[in-house]
Amino acid sequence: MGRDKGYTTVSIPTTLYNRIKELIKDTGFTSVSQYVTYVLREIVAEHEQSKTVEPFTEEDRRRIIEKLKKLGYL
Amino acid sequence: MVSRPHGGRLVKRVATGRRRERLVLETTEMYSLDLTYEQAIDTEDLGRGVFSPLEGFVVEDDFLSILNYMRLTNDVPWTIPIVLDVDRERARKISMGDEIALWYNNVPLAIMRVEDLYQWDKYKYVESVFGTKSPEHPGVAKVRSMGEFLLGGPVELVGEVETGLERYILWPDETRVLFSELRWRTIVGFQTRNVPHMGHEYVQKSALVFVDGLFINPLIGWKKKGDYRDEVIFEAYKVLIEHYYPRKSAVLAGLKMNMRYAGPREAVHHAIVRKNFGCTHFIVGRDHAGVGDFYSPYEAWEIFEEFPDLGITPLFIREAFYCRKCGGMVNEKICPHEEEFRVRISGTKIREMLSRGERPPSEMMRPEVADRIISFRKPFVE
Repeated sequence: MGRDKGYTTVSIPTTLYNRIKELIKDTGFTSVSQYVTYVLREIVAEHEQSKTVEPFTEEDRRRIIEKLKKLGYL
Repeated sequence: MVSRPHGGRLVKRVATGRRRERLVLETTEMYSLDLTYEQAIDTEDLGRGVFSPLEGFVVEDDFLSILNYMRLTNDVPWTIPIVLDVDRERARKISMGDEIALWYNNVPLAIMRVEDLYQWDKYKYVESVFGTKSPEHPGVAKVRSMGEFLLGGPVELVGEVETGLERYILWPDETRVLFSELRWRTIVGFQTRNVPHMGHEYVQKSALVFVDGLFINPLIGWKKKGDYRDEVIFEAYKVLIEHYYPRKSAVLAGLKMNMRYAGPREAVHHAIVRKNFGCTHFIVGRDHAGVGDFYSPYEAWEIFEEFPDLGITPLFIREAFYCRKCGGMVNEKICPHEEEFRVRISGTKIREMLSRGERPPSEMMRPEVADRIISFRKPFVE
């Protein structure tokens, strides 16, 4: 139990690091890494959202629409 | 465009046609594992994509990652491990790499490829998921009764868990098409296990002000004595929607899914599930998925701060009551008046009145809804 989570290093400019360090003072973030992880996750999720493709074929879709009509949803 | 499926891909592992026929035949040659009702429901939800991106019961690496970090090993948020337990005797008969048949009610439900077979630390599990080791917690009690080993690996459905309520059920691929046909771009999900009272209607309509559509998604399945029967919940909602909701603003469909009473972690889990159904927003209520006094009333709201990448927006709406001075349904945030003006909605009181065949006050329940419930000879589970 309790395996370490994998981490890797990403470089950011020292000036940015210092800005973030200042920014997170008196917030819930305890380190620059924690803040950067939080912000990146948010941005990555947004970018992934824009690449969505619905996972069914046109035939699946027609079959589903028939069922929805039978059940009175459409 | 409805919400992106969690993890980027909607899972659908349902064998059809000749493949299904062949797999059903092959089950007779495989090791057979009889499932409990709850295990069968989890299996069906996995195969139907309710738990996308999971394709099956979690393997040990994901199991530990969920307990420790509330994320899968690929960093996707996930708060409750979906596990299949077996006792030592059965575990001895199963090896990694096996294909086994999962049976429910003497009918093959799914084929599972066993990718992992591992022992689990139940104390670690209950502390992480439920935040307590107390046997008074129903989730903890349940885990204590489970087998010492877990099986991990993908499932493929060859059957379904019959409930007699199939006409009320829609799966994620179906609601995603439905929302798109209705031209809804923003959808708020509402989970329930109860008949609708005025508080529910207030919360749902507060959310509906800001989105295109409302998805009311009652949980179907095992209920305890005194609970409203599933059919009663559906019929009560149908009447409410017919009389009080704008046309094509709400979709009502049931979901076969287990309750775990894991409070905050389960609130996130419920949001993820509704994201897979296509929802962009999810209503998180007071003491969501809580039980007894194990979680503080709004603890389930705080946990969402840890998931900037959840991909579904939680809506935190406070409990509603009727205020005689305001002259309508309100909540703590918008009503300045004293308690003496407030009519609190009591589920127990409503239940007592309905069981006597009486309509609850109109501040608590719509008369049409009450009448529909009373029209059932036996509205409660016996």
